[in-house]
Amino acid sequence: MSLTQQSGVPRWVLVPAALGAAFVVLPLVALVTRVEWGSFFSLITSDSSQAALWLSLRTSAASTLLCVVLGVPMALVLARTTFRGQSLLRSLVLLPLVLPPVVGGIALLYTFGRKGLLGETIDVLGLQIAFSTTAVVIAQTFVALPFMVVSLEGTLRTVGERYEVVAATLGARPTTVLRRVTLPLVLPGLAAGAVLSFARALGEFGATITFAGSLEGVTRTLPLEIYLQRETDPDAAVALSLVLVVVAVLVIGLVRGTRSTAL
Amino acid sequence: MSLHLEATVADRDVDVSLDIADGEVVAILGPNGAGKSTVLAAIAGVLRPDAGRGVLGDDVLFDIGAGTWQPAYARGTALLAQDPLLFPHLDAVDNVAFGPRSAGRTRAQSRATAMTWLAEVDAAELARRKPSDLSGGQAQRIAVARALAAEPRLLLLDEPMAALDITVVPAMRQVLKRVLAGRSAIIVTHDVLDALLLADRVVVMEGGRIVEEGPTKEVLERPRSTFGAGIAGLNLMRGRSVGTAVCTASGSLVSGLSDESLPEDTDAVAVFSPSAVGVYVEPPAGSPRNVFASTIRELEPRGAQVRVRTDELSADVTLPVVAELDLVPGKQVFLVVKASEVTIYPA
Repeated sequence: MSLTQQSGVPRWVLVPAALGAAFVVLPLVALVTRVEWGSFFSLITSDSSQAALWLSLRTSAASTLLCVVLGVPMALVLARTTFRGQSLLRSLVLLPLVLPPVVGGIALLYTFGRKGLLGETIDVLGLQIAFSTTAVVIAQTFVALPFMVVSLEGTLRTVGERYEVVAATLGARPTTVLRRVTLPLVLPGLAAGAVLSFARALGEFGATITFAGSLEGVTRTLPLEIYLQRETDPDAAVALSLVLVVVAVLVIGLVRGTRSTAL
Repeated sequence: MSLHLEATVADRDVDVSLDIADGEVVAILGPNGAGKSTVLAAIAGVLRPDAGRGVLGDDVLFDIGAGTWQPAYARGTALLAQDPLLFPHLDAVDNVAFGPRSAGRTRAQSRATAMTWLAEVDAAELARRKPSDLSGGQAQRIAVARALAAEPRLLLLDEPMAALDITVVPAMRQVLKRVLAGRSAIIVTHDVLDALLLADRVVVMEGGRIVEEGPTKEVLERPRSTFGAGIAGLNLMRGRSVGTAVCTASGSLVSGLSDESLPEDTDAVAVFSPSAVGVYVEPPAGSPRNVFASTIRELEPRGAQVRVRTDELSADVTLPVVAELDLVPGKQVFLVVKASEVTIYPA
């Protein structure tokens, strides 16, 4: 392996850099060495595993859809308008990125729970959200939404407004500009945001277990299943963990792919 | 369609009043930062002036005092910039069809219109190309077609040839000359040739104000602004009239000929060609001539001649003269011009 030095990075920097890389990669290697390959397939296809995997995929897909529906308008408002308190609003929207998920879960409980802020309204409508699959989707959307907003707002700013201005002077109304110019131009950023949101939703644990609980087939997603199996069947936990690692690697590949075709 | 515009944009120090007749092409000339693009942006509805009103035909585009503001998409004023800005995700024909589609035409109708316009700018064979596969000149021709396909009531061209390779500019100029015929348009340009070939009338802007306007030929032959004189390659001295002379702010008296009666003590300009200016190192004696002491700033070779630029004026001399008089930047010289070579008229 040869290192091409473009600017003067001091050689000693390579040592902590290599340590850092090992710190990230080594645990993954350790995980792979612990996989019982003989029973791998049967472990990940057991009833409870399959139920958890299927639930995770369904809820993550639903959350990603919600992130697109809510996140795209949010990113547009943040990137294309100016109003008082905009930077404060942006900080608040990004809060779930840095908030401990368990705190998010408690906050959601006191919003949508039976005794929560919107609980009575929801009760009147005859809905029961807490500890349901809907709660899983809400928890996942709560933590994943900032990824969509950040990714898309960045792309919107990079693309700029020049094409939109041209489209308007050619007689296109704002909705036409959005549909025929803005969205096609930011599609790579939108795709990257969707993939990142999906990944974040798939890995969500803290907010889910706090707000939705752990009911097999209803709210017990793959991360929750792994956490439970760790006590009773460590081999199954390791096998399922590897499934999530593979998904994560695929996600990174997808994001890199969409970014490299970005404008 | 005729345009009447009054606009003030405070933070760019622009304050203009402009009228354009139906079917007239007006060139806005001026140095960088003169506010030319700001004027176009205000007409197109891309920038909101602080005060003023704009009327296109019978249609009020904006009237800040009355609170009227038509959005850009409703104005019918297509804007073509330096950069073609073709939508990168659409091929050439769909770019051109964008305007008709936005106006509610069907896909087939829009494509047919687009093909007509592509043919008009000699780009029919590029219809299926993506913008990334087009050269700068091709892309700008297609951008022209796209602007025209939107059927603008007034076409706004903001230095449409500034970003083009110099070799494709003449072809582009021909295309514009053809498509602008009989159309109301404003073209912002640096190039006097654009004004001469494309425009019926010239407006010169300096420092956010219109300093001169008139038929292209007249502005070039009898400039009243420093910029106008500069693009016409003429010397211009400004001051107050004293008989058939101009007294400048710095106290120089420029004698010349006036072919119209010039009221005493009014704003006037003295204009003369650099080729009429002689350069001396000693002040010449005798003869009723204008003499100006000045310092050489730069020498610019022009074929067999050299243009000597001083602080205010330019003189064209031959190479042997440059060598003989040892003319170099920084040297103090005396510029001499006969009164019979100087034209004086009201500013």
